[in-house]
Amino acid sequence: MQYDHILIRYGEMALKGKNIKKFIVKLQENIRHKLKDFPEVKVKRTQGRMFVLLHGQDPEPILERCKDIFGIQSLSLAIKVINEEEKIKEAALFALNNSEHVKTFKVSVKRINKDFPVRSQEMNQLVGGHLLINTEGYTVDVHNPDLEVKIEIRNEATYITSSVIAGSGGLPVGTSGKSLLLLSGGIDSPVAGYLAMKRGVEIEAIHFHSPPFTSERAKQKVLDLAQKLTKYGNSINVHLVPFTKLQQQIFKDMPDGYAMTVMRRIMLRISETVCRNEAILSMTNGESLGQVASQTMESMNVINEVTNYPIIRPLVAMDKNDIIKISRKINTYDISIRPYEDCCTIFVPKSPKTKPKRDKVNYFESQVDYSELLREAIEGIEVVKLTDQNDSVNEFEDLL
Amino acid sequence: MIYLDNSATTKPHPSVLKSFQQASESFFANPSSIHQLGGEAEKLLLKAKEQAAEILHVNNNEIIFTSGGTEGNNMAIKGIAFAHQARGKHIITSQIEHPSVMEACAALETLGFDITYLPVDENGVVSLEDLTQAIRNDTILISIMHVNNEIGTIQPIEKIGEIAKRYPKLFFHVDHVQGIGKVPLKLNNSGIDLCTISGHKIHGLKGTGILYVNNRTKLFPLFHGGNQEQAIRSGTENLAGSVAMVKALRLTKERQANEAKELAELKRYLRVSLQKIVGVKINTPEIAAPHIINISVPGLKPEVIIHILGEQNIFISTKSACSSKQKDESRILEACGFSKERTTSALRISLSYDTTKEEIQTFLQELEKALTQLKEVME
Repeated sequence: MQYDHILIRYGEMALKGKNIKKFIVKLQENIRHKLKDFPEVKVKRTQGRMFVLLHGQDPEPILERCKDIFGIQSLSLAIKVINEEEKIKEAALFALNNSEHVKTFKVSVKRINKDFPVRSQEMNQLVGGHLLINTEGYTVDVHNPDLEVKIEIRNEATYITSSVIAGSGGLPVGTSGKSLLLLSGGIDSPVAGYLAMKRGVEIEAIHFHSPPFTSERAKQKVLDLAQKLTKYGNSINVHLVPFTKLQQQIFKDMPDGYAMTVMRRIMLRISETVCRNEAILSMTNGESLGQVASQTMESMNVINEVTNYPIIRPLVAMDKNDIIKISRKINTYDISIRPYEDCCTIFVPKSPKTKPKRDKVNYFESQVDYSELLREAIEGIEVVKLTDQNDSVNEFEDLL
Repeated sequence: MIYLDNSATTKPHPSVLKSFQQASESFFANPSSIHQLGGEAEKLLLKAKEQAAEILHVNNNEIIFTSGGTEGNNMAIKGIAFAHQARGKHIITSQIEHPSVMEACAALETLGFDITYLPVDENGVVSLEDLTQAIRNDTILISIMHVNNEIGTIQPIEKIGEIAKRYPKLFFHVDHVQGIGKVPLKLNNSGIDLCTISGHKIHGLKGTGILYVNNRTKLFPLFHGGNQEQAIRSGTENLAGSVAMVKALRLTKERQANEAKELAELKRYLRVSLQKIVGVKINTPEIAAPHIINISVPGLKPEVIIHILGEQNIFISTKSACSSKQKDESRILEACGFSKERTTSALRISLSYDTTKEEIQTFLQELEKALTQLKEVME
């Protein structure tokens, strides 16, 4: 006996009323995409439920992948058997034996097929008894069991499900539009991207690099971070902006305390242009209130002045420790702490303004004309398309 | 040449050697150097790690490249002992471990640690009951090997892992050197915190290995220095060696997926044929790893048999190549309760996925010839 399918439960999506179809179709598409290198595995929808049919495939790797797909509230391994008492008992026993960390259980039978000769209540007792006789160390607890063995006797067959495995929650990526993630290489921005994706947002990323002040490795670091995020969506385009000339000019022209503010404003202007060109409707960044100079309320106010595109700041009210926890969970932490200079750390002024003023910045900016440099930077953007690791090309394939 | 000493070491796979050479030539830079060459070397190192993690179904940062089995075992055992001695100084291991586990534990005894050496039954298997009873409040580590290197016994690692999970204060280390690529072992969510793998037992190179250290496990390093390998193992990374290690791991896992059945059948054939030879006693239990078979020929000196077979270009071994006890006597067989006659006359035949049925047949013929010849001399 083995598990033959996985039952997928949607959480919040189920509340979406009329739109629910759109969410479910997208989820199914995302699951299919994620499992496409298991050709024998099929994803089906019937009567308001979604199933992954295993067709003999080991459920372990499938579960692992499904756990990362947004829009899935929880998953359960399940067995389908014909409507026969003995078969049902056997499957229930299998489900109990294959569950970890279980000391107490209960059996809940739902008899939808009224032609099945044994009634639910009686079936509960029969299966429960069968489990107790054939195992050791388990007790029944009807109120608060570690494991609920659910048996649904339907017309076509009986389904037995056991442990409920938590999914990632959220909404299927691709159901909430697209946003441009400002990806720096630090700990915060990948986490911001992850959280946006969790709300169903598809992302592209933008990164500003300043060779030779920033190295090839700093760029690779950003690509590695974006690569980690592809795990939660399908593919991510990374827009790499050559920023050296602009950055040098800014730091030459601007009073020391305002250079950082102006630089950020210019980054936003370039980002907005990319949004327009790619039909992206918002930007996402990793700002969290009060972390560093550029993330004070005053800074946000001044920097935000240059765009009226929405800026999604998933981390704005989060503590650093909680952000780090997520970055560890999504495996970006170890990449983020690689010690390379990025464009934000290299030209740090001696005393950046923590309380910049709009009128001052506008005055300083009015004294210079960066339109040519801006055009050059935008034209020089290199776009790298990253897809989830399974199908990425391994340049070291021969060696490894 | 018929090489049947694959548990001592294996012949490096040609493509592993090629990878080693290519990596040595093209990626010689220090991965910690900040220039471009260093960057490329670091990228390759990370990719190698990622691939190893993928094959073993663990996280990238849980892979530590080492110099092999002995280092891995020492790093795990002493690393746990030194890092967690404030919590307790009791370690549980078994009587049939590899010397690198035994001696590391013995060394810790001289530093005031208390070691329980679990006995084994006649098949060389530890009892879960003994293990559970041995666990104390001050136990910080259980170290049990997966597959025994002399007789091929498989320990119930999965069940031990389940027991270990119930004691969150202790760590569980598995010496998986003989098991890797031959007997499946699940690492993630298995209760296993540390797992030692060596490259040269799987057609990789000497001086290469991996220690799996799961995320919740803190080790005191054996080597201090430049904080490479997450500061658990300082020292300039052996990039070419690590690349070769990962390649060997991939190749051996592929062969395991495709040829495990054939190897098990070949061993079965060898076992059945050996049983028919007069004077040969089989020490390996019925259920064991698919590549090791240990026999005794009571009354005959194993060394002599090895030399006679060696003249025919057939290579097998006495006990394990790195056993340390008195000459010719097997500590492992002794722990299994075999008589002195058996423990002093043991021979080990160990196969690889490259071993053919023809080679086994030739070996069997030559062994039979050798035994007849020796018996005539003795009588």
